Amino acid sequence: MILNRRNFLQVLGITGITLAVGKKSIAEPTDNTKIDFYGILIDSTRCVGCQSCEYACAEVNSLPEPTESINPDVIRKTNENRRTVVNAYNTSKGEYYVKTQCMHCNEAACASACLTQAMHKTTKGPVIWRSNKCMGCRYCMISCPFDIPKFEYHSANPKIQKCDMCFNSIEEGKLPACAEACPAEAIVFGTRRELIKEARKRIFENPDEYYDHIYGEHEAGGTGVLYLSPVPFNELGFNTTIQKSSYPELSKGFLYSVPTIFVLWPAILIGIKEATKNNHAKEEDND
Amino acid sequence: MLKKKTMINTDYVMPKDNYGKNIWKFLANEMKPKGKFLTPFNIISIPIMILGLVLIVIRFWKGIGSITNLTQEVPWGLWIGFDVVTGVAFAGGAYVITFIVYILNVKKYHSIVRVTVLNGFLAYVFYAGALLLDLGRPWNVVNPIIGNGFGTSSVLFLVAWHFLLYMFAQLIEFSPAVAEWLGAKRAHKILSGMTIAAVIFGITLSTLHQSGLGALYLMAKDKIHPLWYSEFIPILFFVSSIFAGLSLVILEGSISQKVFFTQISDKNHKSHSSIVVGLAKICGVTMFVYFFLQVIVIVHGQHWNLLNTPMGYWYLTEMFGFVLFPMLLFIYSYRRNSSLVAMIAAVIAMLGVIINRLNVTVIGYRWDAVTHYYPSWMEIVVTLAVIFTEIWIFRWVINRMPVLRESPSWAKNNK
Repeated sequence: MILNRRNFLQVLGITGITLAVGKKSIAEPTDNTKIDFYGILIDSTRCVGCQSCEYACAEVNSLPEPTESINPDVIRKTNENRRTVVNAYNTSKGEYYVKTQCMHCNEAACASACLTQAMHKTTKGPVIWRSNKCMGCRYCMISCPFDIPKFEYHSANPKIQKCDMCFNSIEEGKLPACAEACPAEAIVFGTRRELIKEARKRIFENPDEYYDHIYGEHEAGGTGVLYLSPVPFNELGFNTTIQKSSYPELSKGFLYSVPTIFVLWPAILIGIKEATKNNHAKEEDND
Repeated sequence: MLKKKTMINTDYVMPKDNYGKNIWKFLANEMKPKGKFLTPFNIISIPIMILGLVLIVIRFWKGIGSITNLTQEVPWGLWIGFDVVTGVAFAGGAYVITFIVYILNVKKYHSIVRVTVLNGFLAYVFYAGALLLDLGRPWNVVNPIIGNGFGTSSVLFLVAWHFLLYMFAQLIEFSPAVAEWLGAKRAHKILSGMTIAAVIFGITLSTLHQSGLGALYLMAKDKIHPLWYSEFIPILFFVSSIFAGLSLVILEGSISQKVFFTQISDKNHKSHSSIVVGLAKICGVTMFVYFFLQVIVIVHGQHWNLLNTPMGYWYLTEMFGFVLFPMLLFIYSYRRNSSLVAMIAAVIAMLGVIINRLNVTVIGYRWDAVTHYYPSWMEIVVTLAVIFTEIWIFRWVINRMPVLRESPSWAKNNK
């Protein structure tokens, strides 16, 4: 292979582009061990199903007031008009209530999926949505293992609706609306580390009352919202087969291969092109 | 002195076409339709395109939910699963053919480079463009480009950038044809010189975003039927884009031979059959690799019990009826030197790719949900309108620029 000026410049140009463009695709490194996120501990043994949290949530976020009452035969889901719902389940120990909302994952699938960082894991812990960045692609909805982000399909200026742990209130040093409103102290706000300690303490002190597991400690790589339950979690409608590693982990392998391919491919292609050059000349003679 | 200078400048400001007319008059003239207007294709496509336009207006006025059946559980439907994911796979022909011609230096396929690149370019413009219809907040579409949030950990960020860059690469690859049409000799020389760089860049981008479209679904692990979900989706998407793209080239080539008969030189008419059979061979081999990979994936996944379920039968139909069968047909067509069999194989292989992409993105997505997503008739009409508009532009370009017909004689020596 003879490297003349033209080829050299081509290689140089492509390498330059590679270095400039190829860099973009490195997945965000997060060191969770150093940061102490805020979180919420939800204790199903204490929840009385009063829906106060639902009303408070709707009021704070200017959403329509909840109209349905709790019924164990109808499992409600969050939607574009309600960021949190409480459901009743008939379990082996009787009727229990569970509140559903965003889990605020430590390594949030939605935030890693977002190509504009509109969905964003704040350093304080809450996963928030930012309207000025979002293009409405709904990839966050595809990637969220808990099906939390909801989209306003019937709006010309649609928003993504999901719990943001009342991020603005937290910034002002106040409690999230649901934690503030709960009369039964079933919703506790604090740092994730404190909450895990508190949850362990409750299980240890009342082993008969609690099922020995903190949902969210390891699920999906650890979540900001933690749950305690009197019964195995699948009886309360939780996805117990969910993977323990984080969801962004699933596409990390692909993303890490991108810079490699960006460096290797042009070089290989130019190599093959030079190697087959004589082919071309031969065939031209035949013409 | 001053006067002379101005005169020299006008030569550049107003490039002349081959007939020496003013460029704007020339362009205005070229905008007019050529040929018969009331063809069967026009009669079918025009009402659909008008209806599609009306639906698009409603969509932007009342929201995406007004014309689609998308739900909170299934946020990506036909427009993403078919228009974007499947459409881009079919546009893969451009990077494969440019690889064969410019990198492997196989000159035999040179006559189909331009039409394939044009096809690929328009497919990206229209199918990736159809993405704008699906975006809830399309006015923010430039955010990942201008940096109002570089979501570098997102596969979609990679795909978005690659779409954009690859469109430029394809435009550069095709631009000599535009220069020949406009009679811009100097621009032609510069643009032709950029082809190889654009090709190399384009192939690299294609490798990554063809597989990237599959990688988009990696995080939807619990939502896609296990027979279609595996960590190898990106590789499977990449390999299948090779024969998806080539199958479209075979089909499009055979249609163009008839529709644009008068534009194609005798030499290229004669070589058509040998080109098709050659491509059939490549398709057959890549489909064998693809089938083999699928077998490895199913062995690796250990989902034997799922094969004996309705979704399992559907999976087996896809694998045997739409991968193995067209693969055998391709090999048969190559052995028998039959371009007709190759064309039949291409159609079945294309159906297979459509089925595969829809299985991952729509049919197998939330397969266990109580209420299934089915596209509304309006989503289908908009999809058809997008496809028809693309074919209209394709025809417009073919009838004007030297894509199928020979380049003007000045362009051949202008290198």
